[in-house]
Amino acid sequence: MKFKTLTAVALATMMAAPPAFADLVFPSLSYRTGPYAANGIPFADGYEDYFKLVNARDGGIGGEMARVIECETGYNTEKGVECYESTKGEGALVYQPLSTGITYQLIPKSAADGIPLHTMGYGRTSAANGKVFNTVFNYPANYWNGASAVVNHLLEINDGDIEGKTLALVYHNSAYGKEPIRTLEELSKKHGFELTLLPVDHPGQEQKSQWLQIRRERPDYVTMWGWGVMNATAIQEAANIRYPMENFIGVWWSGSENDVRPVGAKANGYKALNFHGIGDDYPVYDDLKEYVYDKGEASGAGDQAGTVLYNRGLYAAMLAVEAAKKAQEIHETGDITPAMMRDGMEALEITEELMTEIGMPNFGPAFKVSCENHGGPGLASVNQWDAEAGAWTQISDFSESDMEVIGGLIDEDSAAYAKENKVEEACS
Amino acid sequence: MIYREVGDFKTTYKDDGQTFPIKFDRLRYYVVLAIAFAVVPFLVNDYWLNAILLPFLIYSIAAIGLNILTGYCGQVSLGTGGFMAVGAYSCYKLMTGFPDLNIFFCVLLSGFVTALVGMLFGLPSLRIKGFYLAVATLAAQFFLVWLFNKVAWFYNYSASGQINAPERTILGYKITGAETSAPVTYLFCLVFVVLLAIVARNLTRGHLGRSWMAIRDMDIAAEIIGVNPLKAKLTAFGISSFYIGIAGALLFAVYLGAVEVGEVFGIQKSFLVLFMVIIGGLGSIFGSFAGAAFMVLLPVLLKNILVGQFGWATDIAAHLEFAIVGALIVMFLILEPHGLAQLWRIIKEKLRLWPFPH
Repeated sequence: MKFKTLTAVALATMMAAPPAFADLVFPSLSYRTGPYAANGIPFADGYEDYFKLVNARDGGIGGEMARVIECETGYNTEKGVECYESTKGEGALVYQPLSTGITYQLIPKSAADGIPLHTMGYGRTSAANGKVFNTVFNYPANYWNGASAVVNHLLEINDGDIEGKTLALVYHNSAYGKEPIRTLEELSKKHGFELTLLPVDHPGQEQKSQWLQIRRERPDYVTMWGWGVMNATAIQEAANIRYPMENFIGVWWSGSENDVRPVGAKANGYKALNFHGIGDDYPVYDDLKEYVYDKGEASGAGDQAGTVLYNRGLYAAMLAVEAAKKAQEIHETGDITPAMMRDGMEALEITEELMTEIGMPNFGPAFKVSCENHGGPGLASVNQWDAEAGAWTQISDFSESDMEVIGGLIDEDSAAYAKENKVEEACS
Repeated sequence: MIYREVGDFKTTYKDDGQTFPIKFDRLRYYVVLAIAFAVVPFLVNDYWLNAILLPFLIYSIAAIGLNILTGYCGQVSLGTGGFMAVGAYSCYKLMTGFPDLNIFFCVLLSGFVTALVGMLFGLPSLRIKGFYLAVATLAAQFFLVWLFNKVAWFYNYSASGQINAPERTILGYKITGAETSAPVTYLFCLVFVVLLAIVARNLTRGHLGRSWMAIRDMDIAAEIIGVNPLKAKLTAFGISSFYIGIAGALLFAVYLGAVEVGEVFGIQKSFLVLFMVIIGGLGSIFGSFAGAAFMVLLPVLLKNILVGQFGWATDIAAHLEFAIVGALIVMFLILEPHGLAQLWRIIKEKLRLWPFPH
């Protein structure tokens, strides 16, 4: 009998849905555990804090309170699917899984359920073609912009000529790490540099052989598509073989404080891309302090404010909030549905004035989303780590990537997807 | 009283040899089947399907497969993840190579492909045993994952190295792809589970199963009484891999839809299935189901209680989940080394005598 009651209680717990509120739901598929937690925590904290700020300062979005439901994925696709299914029933407006693997799972589901997916700087790059990927957005920049930005930076420091130079790509051996390969291959043909591919298996703590190869072949430059524990390990290995740090450039996912700090002074000079501002010298941080931190409401341990990935979380949340406002404006209702949210995202326009108004002047580029372009302008800057000051410094302006090469690749890849899944190219 | 054998007379050999000789057991079995086929499809929604039922059904198949090899034939295998990957990738190649082939046969054929691969990797088992065999199958695990990452032909040269299941239907009902409905995919997997479980149950009761068990209990003695170790071990590897391959194909095509080999079919998957088999009970079909249910349900249940009911932080809940599941596994191994199946057996024994235990 006891066992039966226990089962009954257990079943009731699983069935019981939390009470429904009439508010705007933003699920946060975060990962605060596992080998990717070092990077997952700051993003999740920033994402949640921004919504707390909006609720406390502005009384919600257009009068509707925002509610963040957090669900732990551990960067695992199976758990990610479980999280998606368990939160979508609560009226989730937009998903930001912060994982390329989970994004690939969710793309068909999001199309079927009509819930938009925003994969900022990750996910499937060809989702930039909104004619095929109706519900998926990856503004303001994608992997291929990143790959091109690395090469552009090399061109810049070599006075426009990298013919015959060698570039090694150290990448996470997954969909995420493989994304830039095609672009880098095209670019290597165009600019005449040699590309070496060095895959690192999940989770990325074992990289001795890859760095032995780099030590032996001494490529002129190394670029990295790493995430989680792989980042710090790679930078440590590079320091161990005394690879010149200024020739080592990570993508924006390999450029947070948590990646370089463990290596200490030897990480000095390491470069990484970024597509938004760094540091906490923005008016929005004053508001955050007043409305969130000082009230003891900061998410997580509250120690991530001002870091690169925390800023990225803020940025992601800010773009979601602005898109929701846009959706409310278009549909003239406060209580928007996922479909309305999608329209808001597609009509999103971020201007300098708007950024200043919300306390994030020059935090990111001004851009406009359209049905043809879900990918934004693809601008990226290069940051460099100053180990002594313990801070990143921006060493180049936000600059354009080689859209000639990337545009062609996006069309090719999205056309392949459209054909495979029988999607008709159309703008609604 | 409930489990009464008294009065349940068998007058033919056929009756005596049936799968469930006790009447109550038989009835219970039909009731479970009836509920699974006729009631659950009307209740199931997307969350229940994707979070609980599909993983449970699919991992049950994998657990039965591993149980045949490890539980019945005594050959330890750590290559389950790799063999599941073989099933998934052959299903993908079949689906994309022969778009008109029915998905049911795609899944079935990928089982056969995996069986061949499994037999190939089972060959060393004739020479090596125990831990050494575990290491050899571990090698299979790493080799297969590496192969599917390395050779672009397996993932049709896609840029991301991922495989995506295209949409396939049976009688107009969508089985794979994005727009499937919960009852259809549930029934599709359920049919596989029931068929495979019946086959497994009868295999293990027959000549083949007895020769596996003879090899498991003492291979030299088995050889002396006339069991051919080559045949017994290779059939165990082949049939076990067939099951695991089908589980892998279903996991990819029906459950996940998109798969990345290193992440989904890594070594942790091998351990997960091995834990299912050990917790459920080695050498028991029921144990495979119980183990799969335990490993699939417990994390979801804990998460829903800790986060959904108590409102705890997700990271604390996730860490606690690891600790609780780990502690329960250790507890189980100490208190009941023969797994959940043994608990069930004890309950059955008790019920036979209840309420007059003396």
